[in-house]
Amino acid sequence: MLNLFAHPKRIFLLLIVCFLTFSIWIYAIPLFSPTPYSEKELHLVAEGRLVWQKYNCHTCHQLYGLGGYLGPDLTNVYSRTANNEAYIKGIIKSGVKQMPAFKISDDEMKALLHFLKNVDATGTSNPQDYQPEIIGTFSLEKK
Amino acid sequence: MKNFGIWLIRVALILFVLGLFFGHLASESYRITQPKSGVMGFLSLRPLHVSSAYLGIITAGLGFVTLIIAKMKTTRFGTFLQYLHFSLWVIALLGIFYSYFTGDFGGREYWEFNPIWALPIFVSFIVFLVFYLHQVGFSMKWPVYYWMWLTGIIFFIITFIENYLWIFPYFRQHFIADMTIQWKVNGSLVGAINQIIYGVAFYLMEKISGDEKSSYQKLSFAMYFLGMFNLMFNWGHHIYLLPTEKYIHYIAYAVSMTEWIILIRIFYKWSQQIKENKQFYYFFPYRFLMASDYWITINLTLALFMSIPAINLYTHGTHITVAHAMGTTIGINTMIILAGVFYFIKPTFNSAKWRLYGSIAFWIVQVTLLLFLISLIGMGVQRAIWQAGLTSESFSKMSSSSGNWVLLFIILGTILMFSMASFFIYLFIQSWKKNELKIEE
Repeated sequence: MLNLFAHPKRIFLLLIVCFLTFSIWIYAIPLFSPTPYSEKELHLVAEGRLVWQKYNCHTCHQLYGLGGYLGPDLTNVYSRTANNEAYIKGIIKSGVKQMPAFKISDDEMKALLHFLKNVDATGTSNPQDYQPEIIGTFSLEKK
Repeated sequence: MKNFGIWLIRVALILFVLGLFFGHLASESYRITQPKSGVMGFLSLRPLHVSSAYLGIITAGLGFVTLIIAKMKTTRFGTFLQYLHFSLWVIALLGIFYSYFTGDFGGREYWEFNPIWALPIFVSFIVFLVFYLHQVGFSMKWPVYYWMWLTGIIFFIITFIENYLWIFPYFRQHFIADMTIQWKVNGSLVGAINQIIYGVAFYLMEKISGDEKSSYQKLSFAMYFLGMFNLMFNWGHHIYLLPTEKYIHYIAYAVSMTEWIILIRIFYKWSQQIKENKQFYYFFPYRFLMASDYWITINLTLALFMSIPAINLYTHGTHITVAHAMGTTIGINTMIILAGVFYFIKPTFNSAKWRLYGSIAFWIVQVTLLLFLISLIGMGVQRAIWQAGLTSESFSKMSSSSGNWVLLFIILGTILMFSMASFFIYLFIQSWKKNELKIEE
């Protein structure tokens, strides 16, 4: 019987090659995903992500269920209310409950709102919108 | 100085005490209804808690590896590499804490500090890799834990580079790809650190049992490669909800399910495990290893169910995930680290009185940790019910209604802080005394 484990170096290298190939494939996702946004809008989205990081928003909030637990998930906050931009601006500038008021510049606010709008357009983070399936997966189509 | 391992372990013990302290303060934020800014605000406390604990685990892992391999040979080059690695690591730690205390954020979850401090971390790991290969060499056949340590170091370096791909707008402009890479990194980095820590556990087990053959057996290598395989491909279970490429989800689901093999093996060896537990019960390094084994069983069972997408849909984004993370970092990693520190610093107690104190503290930690995780799961279930739409309360009302679970979480967290800190402080003091075990070459 072939003893694969007598040559751990080969398996080690093989697994690393598989991992790197898989990683490069993932890095290439944006190349194969057409975007409806202009260069200027994409720039704002990228800047908005930096604002999200600068103010540590993820410490309390989640995007697609990833982040902190003190505040609500903000994936779809942009489309939650009718006058969403004014609502979000108000909360950020004046704070609510445990959330402090943030001294955020107009440019930063603009970029952050673009980022949240972009996130909102990617999908839904509400588990109620999904349908569990018998094989253990789930799909977006409600039956 | 010819071996910086002990210094790294001392730094790790300080980081663990800080991690417990900041964690306790952060937990209080769940009961506070007024906003708090500055260092005492949650925005600083959470990163301070997470980074102290996470960096403590990494520092301890590197400390054990250094302690073991630095004794293999002494060369000027090796000593220079140790100096360089230790200096860079301490500079990075100081920079990270400076960043948090001054509110200079800009990084991502678990790495919130100003990204400039990632540079000394990255360079220190490159230096550590060179040091490792310099000390270990390729002339002899490696036991499985040498492979595990090499895997941990190499994958830390690869994924740490990935961790900062976001500095390029190409990635940041595409939110879904960016989030995919961010959680690919978080999953693989934890896997890399686990390889280092589990390698230490393997080393300790070999030395305690005196059975050196097990480190070269096929089964040991099979389990190691299974762990490495999961490190590389199972991270997708973090992002089942993220609308990324479907094949990433399917790969993660399939790969995660291979961990049932580990669980089945644990149950297969259960009776042998119980026999061994009785034999070495009063040897503290073994006792902490034994505890980590039981925590592996509990956490792996939880993780396996959470890796099934249809279950993950409801547990994701709730405190059940935190229970899993805490169970792994405290129950598994910290227990192995305590086993290692006891083994290298204070392998036996000289008096029955101290042994009794140690035993009491040991059981307080285990029982409190179990209840602490149950309180987190309680908070998680409450949130999961709300997320599933079974209650129509607002987020704020749902959070307030978890008040009893939160109170229990804070009380148990405080007991955990004092009981665990007593071990860390005791071992830190002992590390200055000459009672360490001679390390076999």
